[in-house]
Amino acid sequence: MSSNTEISSSPQTTAGLSTDKRSQPARKSVSRPQEMNVLIGLVAIALIFEILGWIVQGESFLFNTQRLSIMILQVSVVGIIAVGVTQVIITGGIDLSSGSLVGATAMIAMSFAQASTYARAVYPSLTDLPVIVPIAIGLGCGILAGVVNGALIAYTKIPPFIATLGMMVFARGVAKWYTRGQPVSFPTDSYAAIGDGMNPVLIFLAVAIVFHVALRYTVYGKHTYAIGSNEQGARMSGINVERHLVLVYAIAGMLAALAAVVISSRNLTAQASFGNMYELDAIAMAVIGGVSLSGGRGSVPGTVLGALIFGVILSGFTFLRLDAYYQEMIKGVIIVAAVVADIYRQRSRAKMIDKE
Amino acid sequence: MQADIAKTNSPERPLNTGSGRVVLETRGLTKHYGGVRALSDANFVLHEGEHVAIVGDNGAGKSTFVRQITGVEVPTSGEILFDGKPVKFESPVDARQTGIEAVFQNLALADDLDVPSNIFLGREEKILPWLGPFAFVNEKKMRERSIAALETTGVKIPNLSSSLRHMSGGQRQCVAISRAASFASKLILMDEPTAALGVQETTQVENIIRRLKQKRIPLILVSHNLRQVFNLVDKIWVFRRGEIAGMLEADKTTGNEVVSMITGVADSGVHENASYI
Repeated sequence: MSSNTEISSSPQTTAGLSTDKRSQPARKSVSRPQEMNVLIGLVAIALIFEILGWIVQGESFLFNTQRLSIMILQVSVVGIIAVGVTQVIITGGIDLSSGSLVGATAMIAMSFAQASTYARAVYPSLTDLPVIVPIAIGLGCGILAGVVNGALIAYTKIPPFIATLGMMVFARGVAKWYTRGQPVSFPTDSYAAIGDGMNPVLIFLAVAIVFHVALRYTVYGKHTYAIGSNEQGARMSGINVERHLVLVYAIAGMLAALAAVVISSRNLTAQASFGNMYELDAIAMAVIGGVSLSGGRGSVPGTVLGALIFGVILSGFTFLRLDAYYQEMIKGVIIVAAVVADIYRQRSRAKMIDKE
Repeated sequence: MQADIAKTNSPERPLNTGSGRVVLETRGLTKHYGGVRALSDANFVLHEGEHVAIVGDNGAGKSTFVRQITGVEVPTSGEILFDGKPVKFESPVDARQTGIEAVFQNLALADDLDVPSNIFLGREEKILPWLGPFAFVNEKKMRERSIAALETTGVKIPNLSSSLRHMSGGQRQCVAISRAASFASKLILMDEPTAALGVQETTQVENIIRRLKQKRIPLILVSHNLRQVFNLVDKIWVFRRGEIAGMLEADKTTGNEVVSMITGVADSGVHENASYI
């Protein structure tokens, strides 16, 4: 949120309000916007792989369009989820259900997207439907699950961790129960077109832009940050905290469902295991991107950069022909390191305030 | 002395010490938390343009009283009359819509938002309001009005677009007070506004309060600092053990008398060494 606000001390607008230097020593160490640190991290990691590439493989890592497009495609689907999770974390919550929701909504959406040429459709009388039907049903299910998450958290006051953990287990159950574990396949051509080619990347970027604007420039965004900063204060300021939380979790559910539509369309099939562990990857992208798990801080551009770091590391390891097992281990290390960095940032900030 | 107080505080006999119209009155205001009687039968009157203080020991019911008036809590029984009309506040929003603003001890600020966003939190200036929650915020207008609000209170904030997290306790307190002062049309309540502040910052807050007096906006100040109370207000309402022990006029009483009433030890002269007189 405070993306470039901290460094822009415009003298005209604060004229007449300028600091009395004796009473309020101007603070020199104005912190860099968090996104800039993440960007520097991204560039540094990419350069490391570039150098390693020339040493180990004898070729460039970055200057390879095919590799770059695969890299960004890889993170686009989870990136869509991460945009939703970012908003949830900014309110001070967490959403563990997104991965399972991908599984459940992919199955449900796909079952309404099947072509009539396929003999074993889930609903034989409901084939060749217009593409809007499976999309609407899929997103609707995602929103519904998100509303349940949000309502549980806002009105029963159970911790978000528990509410969304319940939804995570429940939704995975739904995904398996829906067709008794059978995959759902053979969508119509129009449904298959959704996730074709570079479309997932475009959808990811569109989602990111829409929600960046929403978080940065709308009442919705101000209230989301306010709740994460000081829930009680937000309530006293007249914000309907409960309703707002339901809205935020509903958006997260909708984006998980959108990811499900994209991935099932791209794979031309939906399976109950879809989206396994996506929730953790999405949270990791957000945290790497500077979204604070204690709420109130972070931004969509940060999360997009976090997703790119994720992508660079994954394809970097593939490029260096490192074992897939190492990738997971490194992922774990990165997640912990990102959280440690966040805690360290908060501590040094608290010290700065104490010194006043 | 005690008998006098009982008389002045009786609801049947309206206070004749005040000047002008009654802005706020409570009749038999009572709040119980389970079996705990935090506030019983409080009869309180505030006149137009008047600045009053609420003093009392810890647990005397000061904050409870403030919470009932600002709609943070709903009283167990009793009446609140605002501008002569009975009001029932279900939430702080109701109180704010009536023109009552409050500065709470926990400030109710969002540390991660900038100054204009905080001043307008919950009542943002909107562009395209039909977009509902997704209506755009008119940052330019909010910024201009924030500058104006801060100027009228005389508060100096170097960089409005910096998030509050980067500001000192005094600056944050000033933002909270500016917010209340710029929206309050009828009444401001401040619950211990200088409790956590340094000397200079306290002076700044006291200056804001004096400016409000010039603008004739009524104020209720909850404070532990009797010197501050004597410096700033016209009347002192003393709370003791969940009841209003009495009301004293600042220019006709002494610190000793106030302390006697706070502690309930009527003997005058025994508090000469009390360090907070």
